[in-house]
Amino acid sequence: MDLVTTGTDTEAGAIPSADDDALAIEIQPEQRAKRPRRENPARFILPPVVLGAALIGVWYLISYGLLSARRRFLLRPPHQVVQNAFLDGEVMKEILLATWSSTKVAFFGLVIAAVLGLLLAVLMSQTKLAERAMFPYLVVLQSVPILAIVPLIGFWFGFGRTSRIVVCVIIAFFPLVVNTLFGLQSAERGMHDLFTLHHASRFTRLRKLMLPAALPAIFAGLRISAGLSVIGAIVGDFFFGQGEPGIGQRLRTYSNRLQGEELLAAVIVSAGLGVAVFLFFTWLQNRVIGKWYSGAGGTGV
Amino acid sequence: MTATVHDAAPPTSTEPLSFERVGMTFPDGTEAIRDVSLSVHKGEFVTIVGPSGCGKSTLLKLASGLLEPTSGTIKVNRDRLGYVFQDATLLPWRTVSQNIELLAELHDVPADERRRLTAEAIDLVGLKGFENHYPKSLSGGMKMRASLARTLTLKPPVFLFDEPFGAVDEITREHLNDETQRLFQLERFAGLFITHSISEAVFMSTRVLVMSNRPGRIIATFDVPFEFPRHPDLRFEPDFAQLCGRVSHELRGGH
Repeated sequence: MDLVTTGTDTEAGAIPSADDDALAIEIQPEQRAKRPRRENPARFILPPVVLGAALIGVWYLISYGLLSARRRFLLRPPHQVVQNAFLDGEVMKEILLATWSSTKVAFFGLVIAAVLGLLLAVLMSQTKLAERAMFPYLVVLQSVPILAIVPLIGFWFGFGRTSRIVVCVIIAFFPLVVNTLFGLQSAERGMHDLFTLHHASRFTRLRKLMLPAALPAIFAGLRISAGLSVIGAIVGDFFFGQGEPGIGQRLRTYSNRLQGEELLAAVIVSAGLGVAVFLFFTWLQNRVIGKWYSGAGGTGV
Repeated sequence: MTATVHDAAPPTSTEPLSFERVGMTFPDGTEAIRDVSLSVHKGEFVTIVGPSGCGKSTLLKLASGLLEPTSGTIKVNRDRLGYVFQDATLLPWRTVSQNIELLAELHDVPADERRRLTAEAIDLVGLKGFENHYPKSLSGGMKMRASLARTLTLKPPVFLFDEPFGAVDEITREHLNDETQRLFQLERFAGLFITHSISEAVFMSTRVLVMSNRPGRIIATFDVPFEFPRHPDLRFEPDFAQLCGRVSHELRGGH
């Protein structure tokens, strides 16, 4: 320590000199954490609230101004939606149970896609041959319109829950593989050299270098795929409606029966599900890699 | 292409690193290095200065085995080779102390021994109090120190430095030079240091080699007479400036 003068390091501003007592060093992270809070929260909350109120105003305008009483069933005013759907216990129970069922479908689909995607990406990262052989087929799989293979899925897996999960797996799979593979290949050359110099085995390199380096990309893939999986669960309902009804089932029924209020409520709840899933994975990402990954802050979009 | 490359040829005790008529031509036909012979003894700190793109870094990659020479012989013990990269190459998901522990982990050093070596290295480079910081919150100079500490845990008999302080500002660089010089005093490894800074080369070395433009050849050798430990103010002594001037003269091609 005697010859070390850490004064230069303080120039960066973020770090106190090592010569300071331990207290100064301990305080530092808290100070950093406080910085975002200094901004007035109203500046973040107010604009969306105002815009939301304006949108509800437009909604009223359309319901009462644009639509004649005879055609008002096309867009019921907000308070009627709240009264006749959100505050109606029976309707709400029906919608929430269906949403829960779809959540489970989306979750299983995502988990299966994540496990398969991770394994495949690791395999592709280990041998260039596997990557070259498989990549074109992944692109094909990604490009096949889901509607085109719906009959096939039904033919193989029936017209119930299993097929709905299969739809989720198929559409959630591609972003996971591609992002994970990209992440596994993202470790810098110098870091690979370091592992080479010290005779690291293939497995050690994968475990201590490539997989941790891939985490930010894996989370990016998870967030995209989680959203797609929710869409898959809803779309799947439209084709494979047997068994426990999902939210897509309900949407279809309400629409067929011209139940505008229930339909709008179901749309709002399924939108809420998408938002909740996105927020959950953003939270999880910050939780797991936020400490070291600088790109993980904020909403992480 | 009569390469006689002895990868793990046992180096003699006083000559842990030697190059004998080493040449390197890349597959694309670029001749990076021609006919380089040099040896670094234990307790010697040899610096290679040369213009950018002259193949200095290639020399270290050859020494470390990351590249194979196309001709000539390299003798070095690569079991515990110290290699400090241009970038700190810290793993961002590991804290400072976890990063410093990495090489000992890769060499299967038992956990308690590993922790002891890590603590010792952290002490040596003056990073105490920063053990649990992540690299993203460190300045460039501190990252480089962590990188040095990581290599120190191996107690390497041969220490290769690939322009490690090129990216930091001059004030930090001088501190890191003082540091490295002190570490060399303590550990007495065989050091091979690459740089394009003449004063850095003269300040730290026992010997300075001047390399030519590509293909890189050693065109001049200077023994540096100053006693260790070297005081930071040595940089402003007339003898020091004179030696720097002579090195600079050779670098310009003797004109």
